[in-house]
Amino acid sequence: MPLTIGVPKETAAGEKRVATVPEVVEKLIKLGFAVQVEAGAGDAATVSDDAYRAAGAQIVEDTATLWSSSDIIFKVRGPSAEEVGLLREGATLVSFIWPAQNPELLEQLAARKVTVLAMDSVPRISRAQKLDALSSMANIAGYRAVIEAAHHFGRFFTGQITAAGKVPPAKVFVIGAGVAGLAAIGTASGLGAIVRANDTRPEVGDQVTSMGGEFVSVDYVEEGSGVGGYAKVMSEGFQKAQREVFAKQAKDVDIIITTALIPGKPAPKLITAEMVQSMKPGSVIVDMAAEQGGNCELTEPGTVTVKHGVTIIGYADLPSRLSKQSSTLYATNLFRLSEELCKNKDGTIDVNMDDEVIRGTTVVKDGAITWPPPAPKISAAPPPPAAKPVAAAAKPSGHGKGGAPSSTTRAAVTFGVAALFLVLIGAGAPPAFLSHFTVFVLACFVGYMVVWNVKPALHTPLMSVTNAISSIIAIGALVQIAPPMDGVALDRPDGWIRLLAILAIVLATINMFGGFAVTQRMLTMFRK
Amino acid sequence: MSFSLATASYIGATILFILCLGGLSNQETARRGNLYGMIGMTIAVLATISAPYVAGFGGVVWIIFAMLIGASIGLYAARKVQMTQMPELVALMHSMVGLAAMLVGFANYVDPIAASHLSGAAKTIHDIEIYVGILIGAVTFSGSVIAFGKLSGKISGNPLLLPGRHWLNLIGLLVVIFFGRQFVHADSIGEGMAYLIVMTIIALAFGVHMVMAIGGADMPVVVSMLNSYSGWAAAATGFMLSNDLLIVTGALVGSSGAILSYIMCEAMNRHFISVIAGGFGTGGGTPAAAADGTQPAGEVVPILSPETAELLRDAKNVIIIPGYGMAVAQAQHTVYEITRFLREKGVNVRFGIHPVAGRMPGHMNVLLAEAKVPYDIVLEMDELNDDFPKTDVAMVIGANDIVNPGAQDDPNSPIAGMPVLEAWKAKTSIVMKRSMASGYAGVDNPLFYKENNRMLFGDAKKMLDEVLVALKA
Repeated sequence: MPLTIGVPKETAAGEKRVATVPEVVEKLIKLGFAVQVEAGAGDAATVSDDAYRAAGAQIVEDTATLWSSSDIIFKVRGPSAEEVGLLREGATLVSFIWPAQNPELLEQLAARKVTVLAMDSVPRISRAQKLDALSSMANIAGYRAVIEAAHHFGRFFTGQITAAGKVPPAKVFVIGAGVAGLAAIGTASGLGAIVRANDTRPEVGDQVTSMGGEFVSVDYVEEGSGVGGYAKVMSEGFQKAQREVFAKQAKDVDIIITTALIPGKPAPKLITAEMVQSMKPGSVIVDMAAEQGGNCELTEPGTVTVKHGVTIIGYADLPSRLSKQSSTLYATNLFRLSEELCKNKDGTIDVNMDDEVIRGTTVVKDGAITWPPPAPKISAAPPPPAAKPVAAAAKPSGHGKGGAPSSTTRAAVTFGVAALFLVLIGAGAPPAFLSHFTVFVLACFVGYMVVWNVKPALHTPLMSVTNAISSIIAIGALVQIAPPMDGVALDRPDGWIRLLAILAIVLATINMFGGFAVTQRMLTMFRK
Repeated sequence: MSFSLATASYIGATILFILCLGGLSNQETARRGNLYGMIGMTIAVLATISAPYVAGFGGVVWIIFAMLIGASIGLYAARKVQMTQMPELVALMHSMVGLAAMLVGFANYVDPIAASHLSGAAKTIHDIEIYVGILIGAVTFSGSVIAFGKLSGKISGNPLLLPGRHWLNLIGLLVVIFFGRQFVHADSIGEGMAYLIVMTIIALAFGVHMVMAIGGADMPVVVSMLNSYSGWAAAATGFMLSNDLLIVTGALVGSSGAILSYIMCEAMNRHFISVIAGGFGTGGGTPAAAADGTQPAGEVVPILSPETAELLRDAKNVIIIPGYGMAVAQAQHTVYEITRFLREKGVNVRFGIHPVAGRMPGHMNVLLAEAKVPYDIVLEMDELNDDFPKTDVAMVIGANDIVNPGAQDDPNSPIAGMPVLEAWKAKTSIVMKRSMASGYAGVDNPLFYKENNRMLFGDAKKMLDEVLVALKA
């Protein structure tokens, strides 16, 4: 039997988003669900009831009716106490929950014997990216943060030279290069500002550059990547070095946007009152971590204040301020989740706890609290080499860089054997042979020294040139082709020797010319 | 030209050869290096011809005649050869050096003048030199011919493992040593000749047997090993003829080939001996059992070229990992077209080359260079293995074993411990393959079953052409 998805109007103060939009309603119906939307749910996001109706949704006037007649509830914000009371037993609720911060809410929901999927608990693995609502909201927040900053900033972002004088470009400093930070970097550089960014995870430097920013690093060696692609708490020494960098930037830049969050902890205080004081009057700080206490000491969550001539924006509802956009993206995330839950496209859902993504997202299953989930298996950026099991030990010594490694004992044995060998040869061989042998051994070493540093890219040309050089064997054939002039020709089989020698010359010459020519052909192809 | 002058010219030629090899170790100096080689060779040949080593006008005519034939064949082959056929050509050329060394050895033995002034230990050493020279020449010759057959697909690439092959080799060696003793003590040239011919046949058989036992994936090692042999053959000939130029040059080639083989073996984390002894995985545990025990579980997700194009278009960082399949399909030009298109769009495209990708050391580099891929975006395994986690798309074109995660996490895998390109760490990996068949090592590849892996089945060239069309659309 197809299930009914209900989308109530958000009740939290100032919340303008809605959990579905008409385009997504159509797709949900295609999956087999029936969809009903509370009257006026989309008003704040400029979506009319008629638009929902046109997409195939039913409009329900009464809030209580909607809650009680829906099998699945899609919401943005976590439910209020009254809303929890409205939930039908056995129903499924999908919304932001923040289980770590709201344990009582979790208890209340469990008591209602419902199943709850928290959009904030989607595991951060590649497969789950399409339903990662945190990322899509953070993206919007990052954009909006720059727009808010521009609104309060009294100048252009881009530098201009006008008839009325020269305008320097604004300088923006972004702290934390997560999704929100990167979105902010992209937006600000799109407006023409000079953008710098810092993050405790050095590997995001490339991402910053790719968005048009400049990565400001803290000169202190410590790896800042935690599990699941988030940052972790850093050591005291690092924090000190970091503060120095921030203090320097504060004096220089016009706008600071902070996005530093550590999961489950209050936001780190990165911008001190002195730093704010040192900023130029008219500067703007957008504290995107305001909800978790703020990255700036002077932030007042939820409002805009002016301190020491610096505007500090502490809005906690940046995504909601772009309600149409955020509703659309959030609705799509929910739709992707529905796809995962409804693999058969028959309008029913299967909360499969063996699926890593669904397991992580589900915080209450049929009245039992299932949060926190077991630790995720894969981190987005796995810790470097230490984890390489077999390969690390057997790693080649990096030819092309230095000599071959050999232990002292091995070297001693090698030298011993070589010495013995030389003594044996010296004892038995005639001087003429020895002089040739000397040349031979020395040449072997020269070959070794010369070739050891060859670049792997040139192995093939090297091989074909050594092949060409080995056709030096032609010399051997050349000297045999005719009897020497002082030849006391005994019974020399001239004909045979000549035939063999000529054949050898032909073969060697094929090699000689072919080898050099083909090497030349290859080498002319290598280019920068 | 006097003997002294000829010898002085030889020194010059030697130095030029050393400069040649040294120059070849770097792209900037490589072309000059090759030029040095050519000059060196010209000096050596001219000095030999004009010195009293070669007598009479008749001799010179013969020489010019022979060299004209050889030169035209050689130049023709060099012009016609496809870059993908390079390994075959090199193997074939090695066989010529081997054969030439054999012929020179025989000619020298039947020439009574050569040894007329020698006696006692010197005579014995001279005989041993002839014997060893022909031996190495014969092994090089037959081994190279088989290698050529295997590389060009005329002979199956699978290792041919005769029962008790190590014993066969050992017996062959003992017989060769025994006949060597008889040969040194032979009274007449006729008697010695018989021993020589028997030995030559054994040596030829040994060369065939040795290379037949080596699997296709080990071919890079074999090719460079044969390269080394051809050098040793030249050096042995040099001893035989008391010619220092031959000794030095042969030793240079021999040692450089040996080092290349060693580098190749390192790259596969295998012992030189076990490669030479032949057969894949014979050194360690039984591959069959390992394959049964740990069958990679999971689903293979196929995709089509338009989706591949989509993935590439959305990517910021792309690493392309070419393998032998790219060479077979001649897809390098299309790969470059795609690369160029993406780079113009600002996508950071790089190439990751495994040291043993292809059938010859540096095979992939040559192919990419032919397609005009700038060499500064073609990187070695060690240079970019750490970059995979930051890579959006890793595209594997016709490679298998060199991207097998089993080499790192499965100690029972026959290729355990072999350094591999960590393509599975990229956000998405795309493997282009004709079918699900396993690689030369005969090992199943867990990469194909990874969640973030996509398979693009089909001929590499055809698929890439489609991807290119889809990209440009």
